[in-house]
Amino acid sequence: MIAAAGAILRKDLRLELRTKESVPAMTLFTLTVYVLFHFGLDRDSLDGELAAGVLWVTLLLAAVIGVSRLFAAEREQGGIDGLLLAPVDRTALFVAKAAALFLFLAAVEVVAVPAFGLLLLGPELGGALPELIAVLALADLGIATVGALVAALAAETNARELIVPLLLLPLMVPVLIASAQATEPLLRQDQGPEDLARWLGVLTLYDVVFVLLSVAVFDYLLED
Amino acid sequence: MYSKGFRSLALATVVTLATALTLVFFYAPLDADQGFIQKIFYVHVPMAIVALGGFVAGGVMAIRHLRSGDPSWDVRSYVAIHLSIILGVGVLATGAIWAKASWGHWWVWDEPVLVSFLVVFLLYCVYYPLRFSIEDPGRQARYSSVFAIAAGAFVPLNFIAVRLAEAYTHPRVLSQTGGSLPGEMRLTFLVSLLAMTLLFVTLWKLELTAKHAAMQLRRLKRRLAEREVVTT
Repeated sequence: MIAAAGAILRKDLRLELRTKESVPAMTLFTLTVYVLFHFGLDRDSLDGELAAGVLWVTLLLAAVIGVSRLFAAEREQGGIDGLLLAPVDRTALFVAKAAALFLFLAAVEVVAVPAFGLLLLGPELGGALPELIAVLALADLGIATVGALVAALAAETNARELIVPLLLLPLMVPVLIASAQATEPLLRQDQGPEDLARWLGVLTLYDVVFVLLSVAVFDYLLED
Repeated sequence: MYSKGFRSLALATVVTLATALTLVFFYAPLDADQGFIQKIFYVHVPMAIVALGGFVAGGVMAIRHLRSGDPSWDVRSYVAIHLSIILGVGVLATGAIWAKASWGHWWVWDEPVLVSFLVVFLLYCVYYPLRFSIEDPGRQARYSSVFAIAAGAFVPLNFIAVRLAEAYTHPRVLSQTGGSLPGEMRLTFLVSLLAMTLLFVTLWKLELTAKHAAMQLRRLKRRLAEREVVTT
């Protein structure tokens, strides 16, 4: 199963490297949303709760683009039939798609988070970086898991563009709460009291529940 | 097939609902600080509990559908979620009325139960566009079931996260309504909860019977049409 998942993941990464469809679009989108927030809030620099909220809402909206593109190549080129006919477990497909989404999100954040520090954030980003990376990693795992599940659910409907954001964003509310609350003290002018462990705990719980659930139900999606 | 025992169930529902209303208006004491408006509690809270229970029950029925492949479990899950969404509208409306009367605002963001309920409600509303944008019946049933299971697991997670977020800024006692009810209020509340549950089950069976009858009618009509084609 690991070999099959690895093969699908390699195919997705190579496809992304050659076509450059998802990651550049998601990155560009985050920058655009920062500009929108700058004008919408009419603020030159943000800190604390506002900064955490803007950062996480932007990242989640960018994730929506990645999720709606996740099965795009297979659907448009008909490659999905090949994947489904291959004698491998559906779980391998799920693992590969979630891993691909995770890597896409990480690649976007490598640009989007420093850009946020540069464009909108008041305090320096440097000191809080290790904690921020931990939060980002756990949140990305949750987004990637639920994203792969939602992408597979929406892949066979007639209203894909509609279903993905409507389904993904409410499911992301716990991730948003935990990540924004965990990030907020890190982005404050005066590094305030932290409650990092609790929010990392919530994120871990979310990740564990949805990884197990997705592995259990993924077999029933993308049949025939 | 679903109508067995329906008459006695419906009768029990009517009797319990009438008893619950009588208790609410003539037996339960008036609340010391909130007065008469507190009576909405006997509608709002049972409705919310039954709606959430209906969502989770929909998830459990969806698991049974995926396990057995029997499409009737998918219909049961669909009807349970459908009714819970209707109750959900009632929960949000009565919640807003209660909030306006006792706190002066139609909506309060620092009430974790209300906020989590809104998120769950918004998620379940997507059940309809998802279900009805899939044409193939078998796939429709399977995908709806996967949604029902994922959303059912999401309900408790979301409650934990929202409650923690609120406790972070507004420390509050865990249960302000359920824990310390005086005996008369508690009895009234429990009867109201039972009445709401019975109402839910009755409506669920009614809807299932109607769906079943409609399906049979369609099948008979199709057979009739085929026969006409053959004879002419």
